[in-house]
Amino acid sequence: MDMDNHHRRNQLFSLASVIVLLIFLYFEKQYGSDYQIRILNNCAIFAALAVSYNLINGVTGQFSLAPNAFAAIGAYTSALLTMTPAEKEMSFIIDPIIWPLSVMHAPFFFSLLAAGVMAAFFALLMGFPVFRVRGDYLAIVTLGFGEVVRVIANNAQSITNGPLGLKGIADYTDLWWSWGFALVTIFIIFRLVRSSYGMAMKAIRYDEAAAEAIGINTFWHKMLAFIASAFFAGIGGGLLAHLITTISPTLFTFFLTFNLLIMIVLGGLGSTTGALIAAILVTWGSEVLRIVEEPFRIAGMEVPGIPGMRMVIFSIILVLMMIFARQGIMGTREFSWDWAADRAKALFKKK
Amino acid sequence: MDISFFVQQVINGIALGSLYGLIAIGYTLVYGILRLINFAHGDVMMVGCYVAFYGIFLFSFPWWASFLIAILLTAVVGVMIDIGAYRPVRNAPRISALITAIGVSFLLENLGLVVFGGRPKAFVRPDFFSGVRDIAGVRILDLNIWTLLITLILLGIILLVIYRTKAGRAMRCIAFDMETTRLMGVDINRIIAVTFAIGSAAAAAGGIMWAMRYPQINPLMGILPGLKAFVAAVLGGIGNVTGAMLGGLLIGIIEIVMVAFQPDLAGYRDAMAFAILILILLFRPTGLMGTKLPD
Repeated sequence: MDMDNHHRRNQLFSLASVIVLLIFLYFEKQYGSDYQIRILNNCAIFAALAVSYNLINGVTGQFSLAPNAFAAIGAYTSALLTMTPAEKEMSFIIDPIIWPLSVMHAPFFFSLLAAGVMAAFFALLMGFPVFRVRGDYLAIVTLGFGEVVRVIANNAQSITNGPLGLKGIADYTDLWWSWGFALVTIFIIFRLVRSSYGMAMKAIRYDEAAAEAIGINTFWHKMLAFIASAFFAGIGGGLLAHLITTISPTLFTFFLTFNLLIMIVLGGLGSTTGALIAAILVTWGSEVLRIVEEPFRIAGMEVPGIPGMRMVIFSIILVLMMIFARQGIMGTREFSWDWAADRAKALFKKK
Repeated sequence: MDISFFVQQVINGIALGSLYGLIAIGYTLVYGILRLINFAHGDVMMVGCYVAFYGIFLFSFPWWASFLIAILLTAVVGVMIDIGAYRPVRNAPRISALITAIGVSFLLENLGLVVFGGRPKAFVRPDFFSGVRDIAGVRILDLNIWTLLITLILLGIILLVIYRTKAGRAMRCIAFDMETTRLMGVDINRIIAVTFAIGSAAAAAGGIMWAMRYPQINPLMGILPGLKAFVAAVLGGIGNVTGAMLGGLLIGIIEIVMVAFQPDLAGYRDAMAFAILILILLFRPTGLMGTKLPD
C-alpha cells in the first residue's frame, strides 16, 4: 500500500518536472537568444546520445567506439530522405545520385526512424562477428568501423556526394524535436535498464562467465544493448544533420565519440541519470572552456590562447578520472524520487 | 601482366607490411600479457617520428644517432605511459583500462597538435636510404631493402629476448597466468614495463621507416597504421610475435597489390584492413598462428 503510494507520487513528480521543463523550453523558444537555443539543442541531443552510449559501454560493459559512425549513418540517411529529388539533383554535381535514393522522399519523422533503423542494422552486422568471439575486439572493430564510414562517405560519390557532403538540409530540428527525442530516449532506456533485459546486461558487465552459467544468453543481450544504442545514436545523428543543415565526412569524427565517452565516465559508467547530468555539464562546460583557446590576460600580461588545448585538458581529465575517480558523479546509482524525498525530509528535520 | 611490375609491387608490399609487423609486435605483446588493446601504441610511434625529426633538423645530429635516440626515448615514453596510466588501473575492470588507453591515445594526439603543430612536417630522407637499384629489370628503393633487413634483425632480437632470456620467460609466464607468476616471485610490474619498452622501441623503428617512406609526419599519423597493425596482430594470432610479423606482411602485400591492380579501389585501401578483421573474426578468430588465450 505504501509502495503503491510512493510509486504514484514518483510518477507525479516525474510528470511535474517534465512539464516544468516544457514550460521552460516554451519560453526559451519565444525569448531565448540564438546562442542559448543552440546550446539547449546540443544539450538535448548529446544527453540522448550519452544515455544511449551508456547502455552498451556502461550498463553492459562492452567497449564500443562507434557512436560517431552511427550518428554519421543516421545523419546521411535522414538527410537523403528529407531532401527533395530536385535538391538532390542540384547537390550531386560530380556523380548523379543512384536510383532509389534519387526519388525517395520522406517526412522528417520517418526519415529519423529510418536513420535509427539503418544505424541499428550496421550494429547488427558488426555485433555478429564480434560478440561471437571476444567482446574485447568490439573496441577495435568499432574504431575501425568509424574509419570505414569516413572512407565510404568520402569515396561513394553517388550515395554520399563524397567530400562535398550534403548542403541545404532543411532545419527541422528545433527545441521540441531535440528535447522530445531526449525525453523519449531517456524514458525508453531507463525502462529497458530496469527490465529483466537490463538485469541481464548488468550481470554481463559484472561477470560474463557467471552470467552465462546462470543461463543468460550473453550473445543476444550484448547484441540488444549494442543495437538499441546504435538506433538512438542514428536518430541523434539525423537530428544533428537537420540542426546544422550541412553535413560532410569530416563532421562526425572520433572527437564526437570521445566527447560522449567523457560524459558517461564523468556521470558514472552504468548510470543513466549520471550520463544525463554529465552530458549537460560537459556540453555547457566545453563552451566555458573555450576561454583557454582564446587570448587572455593574467596580471597585465597577454597570454596567447592555445588552439586545441581543450582537447588536451579533456583527455587528461579522462585519464585522471579513470585512475582516481572511477565512480564518476553517480557511480552505478540512479537518481530516484525516493532518494530525493528522503534528502528533503532529512533537511527539514535538521531545521 | 608485366612480371617485373608485379614483383616490384610485392616488394613494396613486403616493405610496407614489415612496418605494420613491427608496430603489431607492440600490440600483440601487450595484449598477450595484459589483455589490453593499447590504443596509444600508434601514437607512441608518432612520438618516435617527431623525436627523430627534431633530432635531425633541430639538433643536427647525424641521422643514425638521431634514429637511435628516438628509439630509446620512445621506449622510455612507452614505459612512462605504462607506469603513469596503465599500472594504476591494472586491477580495475577491463573497460577502465580500455578507456584509459583511449584517453592516453587522444592525449598524445592532441598534445602533438598543440606542441608540434597540426601542419605536416617534411621528413627528408637521408641520402643513405635514397638510392634506387635495378635488379633484373625491377627497380628497388634502397629504403625497401634496408626496411626488410632492419625488420628481420629487430624481429630476431625480440624473439631472442622472449625465448632466450629470463625476462622473456617471465613474459610468457604472465601471458599464461599472471597470478601464479606473481606467486613464483616474479616482479610483474617490471616485466610489464620491459614489455612496453620493447613494443614501443619496435614501433619507433617502424614509425621512422614509415616517415621515410611517406616523407612527412603529422600528429595524427599514428592512427591508421596503428589500426592496421592491430588487425595484423589479430590476423597473425594475438599474443604471437612471429604471427604479428606474418600478419603485417600479409596486410601490407594485400594493400599494395589491391591498389596496384585495382586503382579504382585506391580510395578504399584504408577500409580493407577492416574487412580482413571481420573475416578473421568470422572464420578464424585465433588467427593464423595463434592459440586460444586463457581469459
